Amino acid sequence: MSNNETSIVLEKGISLWEDAWIKLRKNRMALIGLGLLVFLCVVSLLTPWIAPYGYEEQNLLLGATPPSAAHLLGTDIFGRDMLTRIMWGGRVSLMVGFIATAVALAIGVIYGAVAGFVGGRVDMVMMRLVDILYALPFMIFIILLMVVFGRNLLLLFFAIGAVEWLTMARIVRGQVMSLRKQEFVEAAHSLGLSQWIIIRRHIIPNTLGPVIVYTTLTIPSVMLLEAFLSFLGLGIQPPQSSWGLLINYGVETMEEYPWLLIFPGIALSLTLFALNFLGDGLRDALDPRTSKD
Amino acid sequence: MFKFALGRLLQAIPVLLVVITMTFMLVHSAPGGPFSADKAVPAEVLIALEAQYNLDQPLWQQYISYLSDVLHGDFGPSFKYPGRSVNELIYSGLGTTAELGFYAMLVAIFIGVIAGVTASMRPNTMQDYIPMTAAMIGICMPSFLLGPLMVLVFGIHLEWLPISGWGDIPGDKIMPAITLGTGYAAYIARLSRGGMLEVLSQDYIRTARAKGLSEFLVVGKHALRGGLIPVIAFLGPAFAGLLGGSFVVETIFNIPGLGRFYVQAAFNRDYTMILGTTVFFATLIILFNLLSDMLAIWLNPKLRQQVRGESS
Repeated sequence: MSNNETSIVLEKGISLWEDAWIKLRKNRMALIGLGLLVFLCVVSLLTPWIAPYGYEEQNLLLGATPPSAAHLLGTDIFGRDMLTRIMWGGRVSLMVGFIATAVALAIGVIYGAVAGFVGGRVDMVMMRLVDILYALPFMIFIILLMVVFGRNLLLLFFAIGAVEWLTMARIVRGQVMSLRKQEFVEAAHSLGLSQWIIIRRHIIPNTLGPVIVYTTLTIPSVMLLEAFLSFLGLGIQPPQSSWGLLINYGVETMEEYPWLLIFPGIALSLTLFALNFLGDGLRDALDPRTSKD
Repeated sequence: MFKFALGRLLQAIPVLLVVITMTFMLVHSAPGGPFSADKAVPAEVLIALEAQYNLDQPLWQQYISYLSDVLHGDFGPSFKYPGRSVNELIYSGLGTTAELGFYAMLVAIFIGVIAGVTASMRPNTMQDYIPMTAAMIGICMPSFLLGPLMVLVFGIHLEWLPISGWGDIPGDKIMPAITLGTGYAAYIARLSRGGMLEVLSQDYIRTARAKGLSEFLVVGKHALRGGLIPVIAFLGPAFAGLLGGSFVVETIFNIPGLGRFYVQAAFNRDYTMILGTTVFFATLIILFNLLSDMLAIWLNPKLRQQVRGESS
């Protein structure tokens, strides 16, 4: 850290968030990840307006063509524009990533916080349940759910969210438990602060860091799970589309038309890359134990 | 140690019971019976079929009899392959999947540990960045993308390796094993780097260096044992992941293993097969988690002490 920044630290003291932001800004890969992610989200949101062609627009006479000026990423066997298909597919992939993660986040945080706060026997029973659920082969259960109840998008959100909350619950519970025993929380108690103020001022801000980091890392694993299921034909169903499904179609015709596999593959990999680097960067930035070198 | 293992095995019983019950209930709550999907079957044939598979009994009775069958190691007949039992199907696919998983694990551990240890020896230099960036690419390149891309390049364009099958043509096991193993190699590289970095800053490593041991001995003899504990702990969950990964890899490379059977069973709505394999997978996963936990304890003196303290 340069002299200039050190003096800022000495003068007014900076919050965890300012410190994290300073550290994150120095992590080039994480910043690139963040930028890419923002770009992808904006594109996904604006897809209905900025996609070069209509989603269902076919051109059977054209058929599959390699990338050209008219179709930047080529067309598939029905003459559909690949860029358009990837943009629409990305909407679904990102939506699954965000919504399923939000489901996991909501369940995990509430469950973990309750277990950590109440403690004692309730905590023991609740965490035993988590242990039991951990041992279940969840990938298989999701496939089972999709088979039994049909492949619908809402169920997919719920099924994936229901799987991914376990680790979140453990993290939050662990954090709450250790925070309750910290001196600064005890000090707050002895100052006569109410339970609610302690939760709001001390517990939540200090739990937020690990939760944000884990959330950032959950999104790519959720997207991967969706792509995995869609690839097997057990996830998103046509006419809806996702990157996993596009990769699945691409594999079928990859000998003749490799770009149908390669472009959706790049889209998925780049997104996972961005999210993973951002998650790693956030972890380094938000961990107060990492030294401020 | 023995007591610990026994305790964990006993804990696995309720878990398995939950698995069996949940799967059973899910499968039986499926809309439409297993025979309703096909072309219309005459009513009397349907009744006969249902009687043959005990579907005419009340649900709880079916559950009890299924439970007792499973306890005797019998997963019942397959719905879709008449005359074949789920046991036979599992048995015929298990060897292949186990072999695939074994090779994939070898690939993962070998590449992962070498990359991770190399990176940890000179942190924040090129020797660290290059393997770790490669690991990140490995994590972001899922098997269902890596597999087809490898087929495209090495199978179709270069024609170096066969593109499908298992044990038919020499070399046809290479691409499936690499496809399945790469993602885990990447995770193992990251874990072993982290573990090694932590260990290499410990006092006993400084002692080893101070007494003049070569870097090779310091790393190989002293650091590796502690540094690889996170990797060992990862092997249990990795095993569960490998099973899931085998679904994709066996589908891509057309390998007659358990994973492909499972996916086919899911498509065919072969309920007994789904039920049987799920219970079977769950048992395997629980066993492997136990094994990897025990290995981690055996390697870590601190944990060993803890376990002794608890059981005595």
